[in-house]
Amino acid sequence: MHPVRKQRLYLVLFLVFFSSAAVGLVAYALRGNINLFYPPVEVVAGLAPVGQNMRLGGMVVEGSIQRSSDSLEVRFDVTDFEAVVSVVYTGILPDLFGEGQGAVAAGKLDENGVLQATEVLAKHDENYMPPEVAEALAASKARMAEQAAQQEYAQ
Amino acid sequence: MIPEFGHFALILALCLSVLLSTVPLWGAWRGNATAMALAPNLAIGILVFSAISFACLTYAFMQDDFSVEVVANNSNSLLPWYYKFSAVWGNHEGSLLLWILIMSVWTCAVAVFSPQLPLVMLARVLGVMGFVGVGFMAFSLFTSNPFARLLPGTPMDGQDLNPLLQDFGLIIHPPLLYMGYVGFSVAFAFAIAALLGGRLDAAWARWSRPWTNVAWAFLTLGIMLGSWWAYYELGWGGWWFWDPVENASFMPWLAGTALIHSLAATEKRGLFKSWTVLLAIFAFSLVLLGAFLVRSGVLTSVHAFATDPARGLFVLVFLGIVVGGSLVLYALRAPAVSSRVGFAWLSRESLLLVNNVVFLVATLTVLFGTLFPLLMDALGQGKYSVGPPYFNAVFVPLMALLMPFMGIGPVSRWKQDSVNRWKAELMLPAIATVICALTLPLLHDGDYNLWVALAILLAGWVTFGMLRDLANRLRNASSIGAGLRRLAPSYWGMFTAHIGFAITVIGVVVTSQFNIEHDLKMSPGSSETIAGYEFRLLDVRGVQGPNWVADEARFIVYRDGREVVRLAPQKRRYLASGDVMTEAAIDDGLFRDLFVAMGEPVGTDGAWAIRLHYKPFVRWMWGGSVLMALGGFMTVADRRYRRQRSSARESLRQGEVRGAQA
Repeated sequence: MHPVRKQRLYLVLFLVFFSSAAVGLVAYALRGNINLFYPPVEVVAGLAPVGQNMRLGGMVVEGSIQRSSDSLEVRFDVTDFEAVVSVVYTGILPDLFGEGQGAVAAGKLDENGVLQATEVLAKHDENYMPPEVAEALAASKARMAEQAAQQEYAQ
Repeated sequence: MIPEFGHFALILALCLSVLLSTVPLWGAWRGNATAMALAPNLAIGILVFSAISFACLTYAFMQDDFSVEVVANNSNSLLPWYYKFSAVWGNHEGSLLLWILIMSVWTCAVAVFSPQLPLVMLARVLGVMGFVGVGFMAFSLFTSNPFARLLPGTPMDGQDLNPLLQDFGLIIHPPLLYMGYVGFSVAFAFAIAALLGGRLDAAWARWSRPWTNVAWAFLTLGIMLGSWWAYYELGWGGWWFWDPVENASFMPWLAGTALIHSLAATEKRGLFKSWTVLLAIFAFSLVLLGAFLVRSGVLTSVHAFATDPARGLFVLVFLGIVVGGSLVLYALRAPAVSSRVGFAWLSRESLLLVNNVVFLVATLTVLFGTLFPLLMDALGQGKYSVGPPYFNAVFVPLMALLMPFMGIGPVSRWKQDSVNRWKAELMLPAIATVICALTLPLLHDGDYNLWVALAILLAGWVTFGMLRDLANRLRNASSIGAGLRRLAPSYWGMFTAHIGFAITVIGVVVTSQFNIEHDLKMSPGSSETIAGYEFRLLDVRGVQGPNWVADEARFIVYRDGREVVRLAPQKRRYLASGDVMTEAAIDDGLFRDLFVAMGEPVGTDGAWAIRLHYKPFVRWMWGGSVLMALGGFMTVADRRYRRQRSSARESLRQGEVRGAQA
């Protein structure tokens, strides 16, 4: 074989080997490190897996934030106005976290349907809402409007 | 009146850009010298009008003209003047105008600093840059006009700048980052110009290289500042989150790093020509993709601007035109410009190739992780998010793979080298590296940390390999001083940047391994010890700033009974917006940072949730990045880039392809 072609062949082989190694690495790394978003209504319906990493998002229910007096534990409820899920978190909450605001909590669901959160994210400015929360709220609003329309029709 | 004037100036700049993107390219095609000669003048005109436009918006911010929508939404009469100034680019519309201004600065710089570039080439380069400028100016004018008025209904006062952005870091971070982003459009323009002309030679690489290096250096500084800002301003002491918007800036950097190394091979040996062109297109496409991700609101991120689908669509279409157009051009022209230069397996070329493959794979894995949630969402598979562990798991091994080759690179020779020579050259550095890796981790009291040892091994290998090369270069000099003076700035640039990379690696690994983070409840008078430092909380009191009120906790830090430093973190409440913000207090040092931030009050006895961090070597990370950027800037001072101006025209006239030029 022509030496230049031979070199090119080795080069291609090297690239193929290296990129399959990289793809393997990516697949392996992806397995344990992605998590899926669930709105409260799906969590209450039992669609969310127990004991696996997941994210929950919605509005923090007014008056639901309870702080422990002797540790950093915080409890609060998250809602999409159809269902409510409780969240427990130990640590310091982000500055813009508050009642009646959008928030996303990441963690694992326990047997009692309470999310044991390891991370809580809040919106970072007035105009910004995490897209998945905005979409979940819009979907829930649409469903409720539909139900209302059906009830009206039934009457 | 002034805002309308700015608006009008922006429209004029757009018109001139349309001219710049058509007339000189037509001239280059038809061989019309008058049309081509118009390009530099147009570039200057665009700069003048975009500068006027930017000045008008700045004036509106400084004068508290709340009839202008972006001013009303992002400023406040109580804001200190320097934050009013930086508020200009603390929002989508204004930052886009800054982008346009910087784009014009780069275009004008190419026009002014390349008097010796052949006119055809200059006309094409400026024409392509003009086209990119048209895209961004149209984006600004048609979807996000910064001069839109609130008439009637002008508010009495503005809604204030987001408190997170009221910070020194935010005054300089976006301009530096944009200098980097937009700088890659120069490399892109050179690549497209070369494809249009069908000529890709060493001279082309020599023109393109200084611009690319400078853009890369600016981007390095911009990313580093962003990381530093996140560390002290976001209040949780992290410095890199693998957030989609961080990735949006990091991907062009990774591709750009591959590009500057590939350009080196193209300039010195006439190799990898079409590959280099492809990388330049790729790097700039990633810049545009980043702009899309940040400005369309498709991704969840702490940085993203508020959503507007029209903006996302605009950038996406522009991205499609740029990527599609340049790839079609590439497919048509690349076969004509490919090189026929051979090299042996053991050579500097091979090592640069390894660099390119690693950085490209790293770019693609980060790209995949960033786009994965979008992909799954589009396929209806649910709303996924990809966490930092994914990125760490793929990125860290790739960098570890790179570094052994990085140690050999500088001492290796072009064309052909031998294992025996490498052995002879690198025996001493290898021994020194192993000794360092075995002993240095022992300085840390506690267990011998294997990861830190590995980091020292790799960083030491890069550093000692570089020093070995320096020693070789000084060997034949009459004195060390004379030898040092004889070395070219481009060599010093590489030296500084590689050492900087090694320092950054040490900083990242040591901080990640040895940092101590402690969140706890503290009452006034209580104290807590981490890493031998005793943090004592004296009291919490109220303080007042120009546009905020705060609770301030006063700490004294002791070590071995002696006072080290007094720290006073704050919890601020901004008056205009009511936003609450954590202001961390940091004692920085070469070998460790002490970091204190306040959470919220706990219980009723005046106790607070407090976050204490001990972060060893965290400054090394940013210090190393500054060195990398400095290295990038140094290469521009090289004499051969100045000399080329006199020889370039001649060499082009002769039309010779000079392969290996030392």
